[in-house]
Amino acid sequence: MIGLTHYIVVGAILFTMGVLGIFLNRKNIIVILMAIELILLAVNINLVAFSAALDDLVGQVFAMFVLTVAAGEAAVGLAILVIYFRGRGTIAVDDVNRMKG
Amino acid sequence: MIQAIAFYLFAIVVIAAAAMTISARNPVHSVLWLILAFFNAAGLMVLMGAEFIAMLLVIVYVGAVAVLFLFVVMMLDIDFAEFRAGFVRYLPVGLALAVLLVVEIIFYGFAVWQTDSLQLARRVAPTPESVPNIQAIGDLLYTRYLFVFEGAGLVLLVAMIGAIVLTQRQRGGTRPQNIARQNARRPWEAIRKVQPPVGQGVEL
Repeated sequence: MIGLTHYIVVGAILFTMGVLGIFLNRKNIIVILMAIELILLAVNINLVAFSAALDDLVGQVFAMFVLTVAAGEAAVGLAILVIYFRGRGTIAVDDVNRMKG
Repeated sequence: MIQAIAFYLFAIVVIAAAAMTISARNPVHSVLWLILAFFNAAGLMVLMGAEFIAMLLVIVYVGAVAVLFLFVVMMLDIDFAEFRAGFVRYLPVGLALAVLLVVEIIFYGFAVWQTDSLQLARRVAPTPESVPNIQAIGDLLYTRYLFVFEGAGLVLLVAMIGAIVLTQRQRGGTRPQNIARQNARRPWEAIRKVQPPVGQGVEL
């Protein structure tokens, strides 16, 4: 029977895929943003899995808020990406050093 | 039995799609794999009995976020091949760290589940019997979590205004509407009565 552990393992693997995506595509900020979406998806799977296993609805409510923040983050991140490309003509992460931070 | 088959199908496809998302050569393909991952994650949510979150995943992630990614990837004129330069170089370290991380997380998950000391009486909002998932979440969201819900709406509003303000620009050569000037215009400025002599016409 499929229990909580199965879903946790799927969430853990998905989370790790997201972290690995940030590592591998260090130069491509679009794929980094997609990897962050994968990480948030893994978090949602974990929240809903525990919510279903414990019969407690708060996990699903919180998953909805995580989804809200993910949507806002994607919108603002892509807007910053677009204006950066408009000004510089490139989105290479290594070239983002204008503020010498 | 059918639940196990569905679970393994969705789980394998979601993990494979995530792997293709981070390793695809073309970012457009990455977005399409991401959409597949979201759909299969929604299937997992349905298996867990969270229909509302499943619908939200399909509507918000596939319908809005993934399409936003697709638009941005297609709008930017970038040679994505040069970004692949460090891929092979970072692969061994990245894979080692990833394996370490997944082993740690899974062992932690197993440990939590095997302690079996979860006190079910201390649940915040136990799932009500014989009420659909969507209705139960709505009951909770519009009563106890109303202010948090409105806060989420505020977050979305700020994100929307921020994205618009960031990407809006003034272009030269356009003639935008000037509402104040339109409202300040009076009839005696707009029309003129003339009585032209016959045969001479009007000079505009």
